[in-house]
Formats: sequence, structure tokens, C-alpha cells
Amino acid sequence: MTSASPSLVAPSPAGSAGPAFAEIRQETLALTRRLFVQLARRPSTLVAGVLQPLIWLVLFGALFANAPAGLLPDGMSYGRFLGAGVIVFTAFSGALNAGLPVMFDREFGFLNRLLVAPLRSRSSIVLASVLYITSLSLIQSLAILVTAALLGYGWPGGAGLLLTLVTLLLLTFAVTALSLGLAFALPGHIELIAVIFVANLPLLFASTALAPISFMPPWLGWLAALNPLTFAIEPIRAAYAGPFRLTDVVLNAPYGSLSAAACLGILAVLALGLFLAIRPLLDRKLS
Amino acid sequence: MIDLQHVSKRYGGGRKATPVLALDDLCLSVPAGTLYGLLGPNGAGKTTALRILCTLLAPDAGTVRLGGMDALADPRAARRLLGYVAQEVAIDKILTGRELLRLQGDLYHLRPADRQGRIGELIDLLSMHDWIDRRCGTYSGGMRRRLDLAAGLLHRPRLLVLDEPTVGLDLESRAAIWTVLRQLRDQGTTVLLSSHYLEEVDALADRLAILEGGRVIAEGTPAELKAALGGDRVTLRVREFSDAQEAGRVRELVLACDGVRQVVVNRAQGYSLNLVVDNEAVVERLRGQLAQAQLPVFALAQSRPSLDDVYLQATGRTLMDAELAVAGQRDAKAERKQAMR
Repeated sequence: MTSASPSLVAPSPAGSAGPAFAEIRQETLALTRRLFVQLARRPSTLVAGVLQPLIWLVLFGALFANAPAGLLPDGMSYGRFLGAGVIVFTAFSGALNAGLPVMFDREFGFLNRLLVAPLRSRSSIVLASVLYITSLSLIQSLAILVTAALLGYGWPGGAGLLLTLVTLLLLTFAVTALSLGLAFALPGHIELIAVIFVANLPLLFASTALAPISFMPPWLGWLAALNPLTFAIEPIRAAYAGPFRLTDVVLNAPYGSLSAAACLGILAVLALGLFLAIRPLLDRKLS
Repeated sequence: MIDLQHVSKRYGGGRKATPVLALDDLCLSVPAGTLYGLLGPNGAGKTTALRILCTLLAPDAGTVRLGGMDALADPRAARRLLGYVAQEVAIDKILTGRELLRLQGDLYHLRPADRQGRIGELIDLLSMHDWIDRRCGTYSGGMRRRLDLAAGLLHRPRLLVLDEPTVGLDLESRAAIWTVLRQLRDQGTTVLLSSHYLEEVDALADRLAILEGGRVIAEGTPAELKAALGGDRVTLRVREFSDAQEAGRVRELVLACDGVRQVVVNRAQGYSLNLVVDNEAVVERLRGQLAQAQLPVFALAQSRPSLDDVYLQATGRTLMDAELAVAGQRDAKAERKQAMR
């Protein structure tokens, strides 16, 4: 303990109200950096997050390698069919977990540290999570894209890659909003994990990730055709299938045919809707 | 610097729980530049009061002014003004201490150059060199507290609020924190700390308020409060361990003595007698009386009134009894929930 510090309470530039944007950037980047430092020091989440979809890809691909001809449209190989499903499912699971770090911050009182600070906007807390999860899911998706290509399941071209990224971004935003909303609405991490657990696999099986709608009984086909995952999977699958246009029909749902553009539109509306839906909750919890 | 007027806060009242009145028309005024102590047993409302002060909690009623500003109307300005060191140290176990301070600096929008310098100063001030670059998860309680204090001081707040800053700390860390708090006060910072350690408040605080049941029941400087009680305290033991009968006999004898105001038999301390007497002269008279009655004197200690006596006078029980009484009632889980956002 040193005995004196001359500038212990000297006037400081802190507290002078800087430009709002610079302040929001500073606080958001600092919060995002924290999440990445955590990831770098505890990489098991990332490792598992990359390994798991790869195992899906290899095992499921092998399981259905001898699927009867005609199961899939246009004589597509199952591996090529599955790739889009696994990419989307991975991004989805990652985003669904976005609320967990926030929930732990609530439980450990770290959130209070953030709330006592004069944050320019408390949306920075949410924004940091979104940035973090989005980057993470992009890294995972790239790993799958590359592995799928190495397994001979194909590679979407330049435009296809762009479409894939846009689709994943929309889905990630939507699900991250949902998960953050849950993280503030539910009482603790046990409940949050329970919800994640219950939502995860059923949404996978009730989508077109593993099998086309034509293969499903009608009731399941309806579910799959309403499942947000399907709206993300089908455009990406189309991008994998070869040259495409946004106006091409990618989904033959029981209620009608949807183009890639329509699927993206639905995802965009979903993302926007969920963000607007959780706004009041965040405002209440963070004000 | 701090002005709370008629602040009330009620918790719970949902389907399951009956509401708890944590603050009951609390009024508290802390002059700028003082080291102010908030003393009270667990459950008296200290933490709730501090959380309201720090804009973490909205009161049901009342006004909160910090440095002349309305903290409820402009919480961001209030947050810039104050540093808060919470009771439950919330640190990120994965980050190093230095990284945590850097994060804190960014949350308070320090300029990077200023931030680095400031972090260095605080590492010096709180002697954190040896471990600041280790992960927080490896820190002892004392290290965490020091880091938390550093985080609270990072933006050079004019008001520092600490919730039981030395609970469960080793003596060295406690002394270190006391030194820094005094230093801050000497340099003009207003410091408000809550504590249920009498000695801490007595030794540190310029002024204090005693909280009980969510209200202020006594307020002033430690000396004023003690002087207001009047009289000296005397502890008398005729033997190291007496029995009830003997204690009763001695009590009768002592009560008859001129200048003795009050005698309490303290069963918990081997039936010693706690006396309130007018002044020192009475003690000598007591000795005479006891010798006359051929009673031995194992110990006869005299002291000025302590803050515990102030508390006893105001509430009819000692601070420790109050602690024990609420210890069983408190629901750690429910309290954790209250603190969650």
C-alpha cells in the first residue's frame, strides 16, 4: 500500500459527455472483447460447436448414403442435401445459446456492474452479444462449408456463398433476439437451458434439414413448412444445387410454393419482429 | 452530496410472498467530503438504500438527490458521479484483474491514454502488482475486494459508495482498505459505507446513521451519539464464572449504591454485571461497597459508552442479538433474486 497518490481525485476527462456514437462504440467493443477473451481462454464451446456439426455431417451423411433413389429431388446426393441442413442447424443452436452468458451475468451480479456504469445506451449489452454470436456462428458455418466441400458434397459459388451468409445472418439475429429475451424473462439458467433443450432437437427434426417435405407424413410436412429453420435451409440448399435466381421456387410447401426471396423475406420479418417483441422486456429489465 | 428524502421500498408481494418493507420512509443526508457510515444489523435495509442510491433499484416513493442532481430523473449523470463497490463482488473469473479494469474504464468512457495511466495509479495505490495479471478466479477475498475498490475508483468519482467493504476480510486487507478510504476522504471524496461492524464505523466514520427496520433511528458523529447517552459503562465480575444466585445478590447490592443507574445481568458472559454509572467516582464507591460486603472482585472494567450501547439504547437489544434474530429469517435465495435483473 503506497501512502499517497497525488491524483486520486483529480479532475478527470471521464464524465465529460463525448459524442454518443463514440461512446456506444467504446462500450460495445469492450463488452464484445470480453466475450471473445472468455472464448479464447475457454475454447471448449467453440471446439464442440465446430465438432458437433461435423459429426452430424459425417454420421448422418453415412447413415443415409444408401437412401433409395428418388427420395431427394433431382437425384441429389444425401450428403449434399444434408450440408445445408447442418449449417443452418449449427447457426441456430449457437444463437439459441446466446442468452446463456447474459443469464450468468445476471446470476453472478456482473450485470449490476454494467448497470451501475453510465453506459450511453444499454443496448450495448445486447449488441455485444449479437456481435459475438454472429461471428461465432459464421466461423462454425465456414468450418462446415469447407468440410462439406472436402467430403465431396459441393461448394456454393460466389453468389451462393453470399446468399448463405445473408440467410445465416437473418436467422442468427432472429434466434439471438429470442434467446436474449428468454435470458431476461426466465428466472435462472436452469430454466433457460431447459427451454433450449426442449426447443433444439424438435425444431431440427420438424424441419427439412434431414429429409424433404415430400418424404414426411402430411402433419409433419405442415410443421416443417412453418418452421423458420426450413426458410433458412431451402435457399442455402438451392445455392448448393447450382446456379440459381432469387425468384426460383425453393420450397414446395403444402400451402404453396415459396421463392428464395420469399424465404429471406420471412426470416427478415421474423428477425425484426422478435427484436421489436423483446424491446419492451429489455427496456424494463435494463432501465 | 447525498440527500434521500422519504424513501420507501417494498419487496415481493407476489402470489407466494408477503411483501417486505425494506425501507420505511428513510431520510438520509450526507454532507460532501465526509466519510459516512451506515450501521445496522443484517436486514436493516442498508443494501437496499445503497442500491437505490446507485440507481440499481427504483424506490416506491421518495426523492434521491446526488450532488444536487435528481438521480431518479437523470440516472446517467448520477452514475458518472459515483463509484459503487457492491457487497457481492462481481468479477469475471476468466479475465485478469487488469482486463477487468480496462473493461470498467471503457464502460465509463475513459480515454485510452488516461485509462492506462489511471489503472497504473490504482495498481500502485492498492498494491496489486503481484497478481493483477492473474485471472480473477484465482484471487482471495481480499484481492477481489481491492480489485473491486480499484474498479469503483477508476473514473475518479466524487462519491464512493461501498456495501460492507470489509466483510470477511483478513486484517491486512481490511487495514489497506481503511487507509485508502481515509485518504480519499482527505482528498475531498465523499465516502459512504455500510457496515455491521461497530468498530469499523466507530474507527472510520466522521458521521453515521444507525438503520433499523428500514428507518434511521440515530444520526450524528460517533462522539455525539455516545455523549448523548451519558454515563459510563462498567463490567463487574465477582468471580470468573458466577451463578445466577450470586449475580442476583451482587445486583441488589450494587443497585443500592449511589450513582448506579442501571444493572443488567449478562448470562452469556458467565453472569457478569453490566452497569451504567454516572461517572468515574461511582466506580471507587463500588469498590468500597464490595469490599465491605466481603465480596471478591475478579474484574471491574470501566469504559465510555460504545456505539453498541447507542444501538442498545435505541432498539432495546444489542447489535449482535439483532443479527442473530434475523439470521434465521433471511432467505438467501430470495435475496439473490432481488439482486438479479
